[in-house]
Amino acid sequence: MSEVSYIQRRNRPLRVYALIYLAFLYIPVLFLPLFSFNDSIYVAFPLKDFTLKWYEQMFANEPMFAALRNSIRVAVATSVLATFLGIFAAKAVTRYRMPGRAPVVTFIMLPLVIPGIIFGVALLILMSRMGIRLSLYTITLGHVLVCVPFAMATLIPRFEGFDKSIEEASADLGENMWWTFWRVTFPMVFPGIVASLLLCFTISFDEFIMAFFLSGTDPTLPLFMWGQLRFPQKLPGVLALGSLILVVSFCVVFFSQWLKTRGVRTRTRGG
Amino acid sequence: MRSEPLRGYALLTPTLLIMAFGICIPFAILIAMSFWTQQGFDFNTTLTLANYGTAFEQPVYEALLLRSLAISGICTIATVVLSYPMAYYVAFHVHRHKMIWIILITLPFWTSYLLRVFAWKIILGYNGVINSGLKGLGLIDQPLEFLLYSQSAVVITLAHAWAAFAILPMYVSLEKIDRTLLEAATDLGDGPVARFLRVTLPLSLPGIIAATLLMFIPTVGDYITPALLGGPDGIMIGNLIQAQFGKVNNWPMGAALAISMMIIVAFCALTFMLVTRKAKEHIA
Repeated sequence: MSEVSYIQRRNRPLRVYALIYLAFLYIPVLFLPLFSFNDSIYVAFPLKDFTLKWYEQMFANEPMFAALRNSIRVAVATSVLATFLGIFAAKAVTRYRMPGRAPVVTFIMLPLVIPGIIFGVALLILMSRMGIRLSLYTITLGHVLVCVPFAMATLIPRFEGFDKSIEEASADLGENMWWTFWRVTFPMVFPGIVASLLLCFTISFDEFIMAFFLSGTDPTLPLFMWGQLRFPQKLPGVLALGSLILVVSFCVVFFSQWLKTRGVRTRTRGG
Repeated sequence: MRSEPLRGYALLTPTLLIMAFGICIPFAILIAMSFWTQQGFDFNTTLTLANYGTAFEQPVYEALLLRSLAISGICTIATVVLSYPMAYYVAFHVHRHKMIWIILITLPFWTSYLLRVFAWKIILGYNGVINSGLKGLGLIDQPLEFLLYSQSAVVITLAHAWAAFAILPMYVSLEKIDRTLLEAATDLGDGPVARFLRVTLPLSLPGIIAATLLMFIPTVGDYITPALLGGPDGIMIGNLIQAQFGKVNNWPMGAALAISMMIIVAFCALTFMLVTRKAKEHIA
């Protein structure tokens, strides 16, 4: 069977469609950086002069930095915790035959399909009934719950992608379970772990809904931006901030996705 | 040697415990609270169906819920239909750098939801990008008013924001289709259209179903997009729920609304799956 069968013929209209689709996906987002350099508080054409003053203003904004620090702290804690829990779960699910494995995995993946508002509200009620004050810790809890499914989704393919017999060989040669993990498993799933850390960091950093319900007096960056949106003169500043976040997020996610697929053999079908 | 399942579950325990704590208990309390009533700053914990009664009797709740279902429904159908060709293209017509295409498609999705919604706000605004652009080109004199603060604004924004959730499941489904089946169909005399309808479409149905559900369920409860660009016409049930926990300060009512919304969404999802199963049996 040849590779170039008649099914894989080039399809010009479809390609054009795909490119237009991509354009529609990206262009709205690209307006943010575009107008962040615009010397006007109104986001409208025609463009005025190029200016960096919105960025300068933003860097001088102390509450913004406080919110940024909060976001980073929450995101780091979330990514570490979620990845940690994800590693345990991924190893358990891929290495051991367990009855009820599919329902358990589905259960852990539930946060993906529950509307954020329901989750946020339910956790808010829980915290209040337990008498726990809302703070960055409660936000972290919410974020961990949301990120664990993503961590697992990133780590499971990684664990599945390499040969179990290497671990067995290590065990046969005398290493106990922990050393086997550290010296054999860990290096091979390491790209997946880094990918999971980066992904969870990004998700937590940008997450708004949970933070909205579970925040106390310290806002995270998205909450800060939400507050700023009410003031028209602050608008370009928000655009500047948003553009920077976009660029950083892009880079982080790109890197993490690249890491995730590096080394995992993908079987290509057909031919 | 401890049995394998036992060791597996032992490893799974920390994660499972935390997820159970985070999912089951809050929901149990959410359900419980929906039967309580708000009294000043505290709760009257005698169980009552009063909240659900209000939710069913007051027409505003039903209207808003129907509107939310409609907006989500339209948005989901449009996005799934428009994204399918894209998923098809990447699955069948991209041979090198498939990963790059996948990354490109999902990248906007991983960035801040708030920012993406806001991007549409500045595009559709009264003095926004579209209006000022069209005005500058001389195509219109007065800005188009219907763009922003309307239900269509909400639909467009939701479609754009959730597109990746629609593409990925369909792509995975299409990618898994055994190409030899298509070649066999061609050998047996099917043209491209027949091949698509008889082989590709049915085999990609799980992906289509997953995409529909993954997009419909979260968007029904969205409140950010309606808040930023829905205007009074575009408010959805999510805004109402959020208000109960905010300004209105009636948590039990909010809980009841949230549970009602979840039940109805689950009902819609199950109906959808039943219908598609019947359709599948008819095709096969």
